Amino acid sequence: MNATMFSRRRVLGTGAALGALSLAGCATTGGASIGRVVVVGGGFGGATAARYLRLWGGNVDVTLVERNASFVSCPISNLVVGGYKQIGEITRGYDGLKAAGVKVVQGEVVAIDAAGKTVRLADGSTLPYDRLIVSPGVDFMTDAVGGLAATAAQSKFLHAWKAGPQTVALRQQIESMRDGGVFAISIPKVPYRCPPGPYERACVVASYLKQAKPKSKVLVLDANPEVQSKKALFEKAFKERYDGVLEYRPNAELKEVDANSGTARLEFEDVKADVLNVIPPQRAGDIAKAAGLVNVNNRWVGVNWLTMESTAVPGVHVLGDATFPAPTMPKSGHMANQHAKVAAAAIIQLLKGEAVNATPVVMNTCYSFVTGRDVIHVASVHQYNAEQKTFLPVQGAGGVSAAANQVEGRYALSWADNIWADALGA
Amino acid sequence: MPFRLSLAAAALAMAAPWAHAQDANLARNLAATCANCHGTNGNVRGKDVKPLAGVAAEKILAQIADFKSGAQPATIMHQISKGYTDEQLKLVAAYFAAQKPAP
Repeated sequence: MNATMFSRRRVLGTGAALGALSLAGCATTGGASIGRVVVVGGGFGGATAARYLRLWGGNVDVTLVERNASFVSCPISNLVVGGYKQIGEITRGYDGLKAAGVKVVQGEVVAIDAAGKTVRLADGSTLPYDRLIVSPGVDFMTDAVGGLAATAAQSKFLHAWKAGPQTVALRQQIESMRDGGVFAISIPKVPYRCPPGPYERACVVASYLKQAKPKSKVLVLDANPEVQSKKALFEKAFKERYDGVLEYRPNAELKEVDANSGTARLEFEDVKADVLNVIPPQRAGDIAKAAGLVNVNNRWVGVNWLTMESTAVPGVHVLGDATFPAPTMPKSGHMANQHAKVAAAAIIQLLKGEAVNATPVVMNTCYSFVTGRDVIHVASVHQYNAEQKTFLPVQGAGGVSAAANQVEGRYALSWADNIWADALGA
Repeated sequence: MPFRLSLAAAALAMAAPWAHAQDANLARNLAATCANCHGTNGNVRGKDVKPLAGVAAEKILAQIADFKSGAQPATIMHQISKGYTDEQLKLVAAYFAAQKPAP
């Protein structure tokens, strides 16, 4: 027993050197590793978890599997849609994670074998794990809108609700719209990814059109009865900055689309738009569903908030937008980053056989642009409540901006730079 | 002002160094909730937000107290700082004070 402990210590002591070796391409570090963690998805949640497992765990073998070659940020992507930023400015690589000792695999996980503790990739290869992190984001319930399941409809009515090619394509649609045209944006019922995002998009597109195509209009078709985030501040922007440009319609749920005529069918009327941006209803990403992780309302993943471990499948930790949220917890990149740190800390302790942190805290900050420069925020802090076994927002803390302002415009861009670096390591 | 600073310093002396490894992890975890704006381990990128790495704990606590009281006007920190307990803020401040500022 003593001898075993002694040798383990010696091995741990040389962890730094072995870690450097594993960087050179070795998949495992043998006895020095405290465990293997596979991370599925390299967005805000998955990338942050991979980085912090290395930062805090030292000799944890971490493999990140991500479909795309680079990270494209949803936050700030509305500035690309509005023409105030280029896609390259919201795109980052995974080299920082590689430098931190994360093995980055570009590929797609198609199956999870929780009993055998392996994941299978589309190319047929498998990766074994001791703990698995799934950070799948959302996928779209295109069946919920009539006509939207068809490929033709999806390529005409873009969502641009995952940053990337659709962000650029929607920008092109808006740019080529005639002066005097109508840009309509359809918002699904809550819960959806990024509650203030659609209203921000409506504002920045209105800001662009007002200046570049002044006869044009923005039509906001909201399935919800009212603005879902920063309500008073967005309503003030609609009224004071975009009077006569932007029209907001509550309780305007999209029922059907017609790709041939470009028509949006609501309950009581048809709306014709030159550009129709359809943000469909959402659920946890496909891999979560396929792996049996979805156990709330047939849409979301229930988690143990002390560890982010799924309440359906042991050994699998789920982060970000895919989770069924704690009370008032938003689906945001910022929150996914915070989930990731709770998970990383807990997984390291679980691998070591130690007790996990019983009093975690997470917080959220969300900046929204109402012009190319003026910004409003919402912030909240959530403390774990042992009795209710969930995070609860701290009463009297958090809040929104007093008014839209350019100082917070700078803070918003600084926030983006810092959270990208915090998640990606560079 | 000096009175509050000395109080903060006294409070800090009780919070650090860590009594247990668990406290060190707790401080680290709490401080990580600030990284989204203030950078990993308080090493912020850019010039718009204040760096926290290597800043004296009593200075951080005094600044937070001013945000909380309204003595120091803020856009957002007066709202966020109220979400943490005094004990948590002491751990966070001590953690950042112990971090090496990036070159």
